[in-house]
Amino acid sequence: MSTKAGTQPLDVHRIRTDFPILQRTVRDGKPLVYLDSAATSQKPASVIEALAGFYRTSNANIHRGIYELSEEASILYEEARAKVARFIGASRPDEVVFVRNTTEAINLVARTWGVANLQAGDVVVTTILEHHSNIVPWHQLAAERGIVVHFVDIDETGRLRLDQLETLLRTQPVKLVAVTHVSNALGTINPVSDIARRAHEAGALVLVDGAQSVPHLPVDVRALGADFLAFSGHKMLGPFGIGVLWARYELLASLPPFLGGGGMIRTVTTEGFTPGDIPARFEAGTPSVADAVALGAAVDYLEAIGMAAIRQHEVTLLAYALPRLEEIPGIRLYGPVGEDRAGVISFTFGDVHPHDVAAVLDLHGIAVRAGHHCTQPLMRRLGVVATTRASFYLYNWEADIDRLVEALQEARRVLDVAG
Amino acid sequence: MSDLYREHILDHYQHPRNYGTLEQPDRSFEDSNPLCGDRIRIDLKLSGDRIEDIRFTGRGCAISQAAASILTEMVKGKSLEEVRALGAEDLLEELGVPISPARRKCALLSLKVLKAAAYGINEWPR
Ligand SMILES: Cc1ncc(COP(=O)(O)O)c(C=O)c1O
Repeated sequence: MSTKAGTQPLDVHRIRTDFPILQRTVRDGKPLVYLDSAATSQKPASVIEALAGFYRTSNANIHRGIYELSEEASILYEEARAKVARFIGASRPDEVVFVRNTTEAINLVARTWGVANLQAGDVVVTTILEHHSNIVPWHQLAAERGIVVHFVDIDETGRLRLDQLETLLRTQPVKLVAVTHVSNALGTINPVSDIARRAHEAGALVLVDGAQSVPHLPVDVRALGADFLAFSGHKMLGPFGIGVLWARYELLASLPPFLGGGGMIRTVTTEGFTPGDIPARFEAGTPSVADAVALGAAVDYLEAIGMAAIRQHEVTLLAYALPRLEEIPGIRLYGPVGEDRAGVISFTFGDVHPHDVAAVLDLHGIAVRAGHHCTQPLMRRLGVVATTRASFYLYNWEADIDRLVEALQEARRVLDVAG
Repeated sequence: MSDLYREHILDHYQHPRNYGTLEQPDRSFEDSNPLCGDRIRIDLKLSGDRIEDIRFTGRGCAISQAAASILTEMVKGKSLEEVRALGAEDLLEELGVPISPARRKCALLSLKVLKAAAYGINEWPR
């Protein structure tokens, strides 16, 4: 995704005052340096207020009651859907299905589209960069139905080997390409619109895991050219428990239901049922109404700041951080350097285990992630058991990077890292 | 500088005691924590019921490796009976630093491996 030239730099000072948690201290009075937004983002007061406000003043179950509160709750829920649809450039709100998170969205596709359309021998192509949530559902279909899962590898820079994708598309019965837009472990921004074009030419559909892109880049589903897009509210300033599956209208309308129960039906008799219209067909049971409403508030917040400006801010932080980290003896950085890199920095530090690195950083009040980031195939591909990962968002600033670099320098002394 | 990485922990991590393997161990066991990749192998040389010699090898975080080093010192010369009676708290106490729930698995991996070796288990039941 390109960023618009001439976007104003973010007023990070002001933005930080919108996030109450950034005022707290950790580990005996140290200011919090939160560098784990790829795991989950912090929440602005407006989102917290939208969540609490719903329960305080509008709480009722939706689409059922004939009374004012229920009508109000239903309207708020559908307004949130419309906001999300507009945010990602969907052509209509009912292309947006509310789910719990990215994982559930991908499983929904596997369990509805996959079960209806995939037979033994059919191929799903995914990539070595994927989060487990975009691998395991396909492995499950492989075990149950005999589909075949192929993985596109990366090159030495951490970019996808599109030549491999091309070969697979040409030589295999590929029905779906399931690819992450942005790697949560390396920060690679994949050329998904290019991938979608190639896949469509070969007659395959495309599922994009947008968990790390929708929160950080301008994403327009039309420009993306994808058939399915999955993302999580909690990584984009929204609450836990709400996520989104977007799919093209005709495609979504052609799918069988997911879970069965209330809300997803047109009629039920003792003999059987007829499924309801989309998106209700995929939203069985009482949805996370308040969480959806708060996600709408998160979208409002992101739109007010501007996604292009957020992307530009993260590009600036990356440009500040990478050379400083590189200078620390023993640090090895992973992931591509260039325009196709998001605000995610994975590294190893000599022989020191990432848990030790993260534990020492924690003593300085710095929150980073250490582990396999739910990307075990990628870790194996890189020949590491784990990495330490720092990831940015709109509320991070250069001071956070400075604290990270200082703490790593100290960790180097304490843990005796071989340069 | 911190509770977790106190001098003696770092000392055991950087200069592990009883590190290596035994030529002809009577008992040998290895295990890992799949989530973090910590790995420990322990070799035992027995004389009767007593641990005459013990060696460990491994890789992983400072806590797992220091704990293994400390554990080997704790049990050298002890009987298998005594090893079987060892509990998690005994090792944690010997470590002497606060271990958060997230790091417990790291701290206790070596004990798990030693117990398997002491009980003569070659592989955990699946
Ligand atoms: C790229 C990517 N895909 C999927 C997920 C899964 O998201 P969730 O746990 O919200 O379902 C994550 C989050 O960790 C991610 O980073």
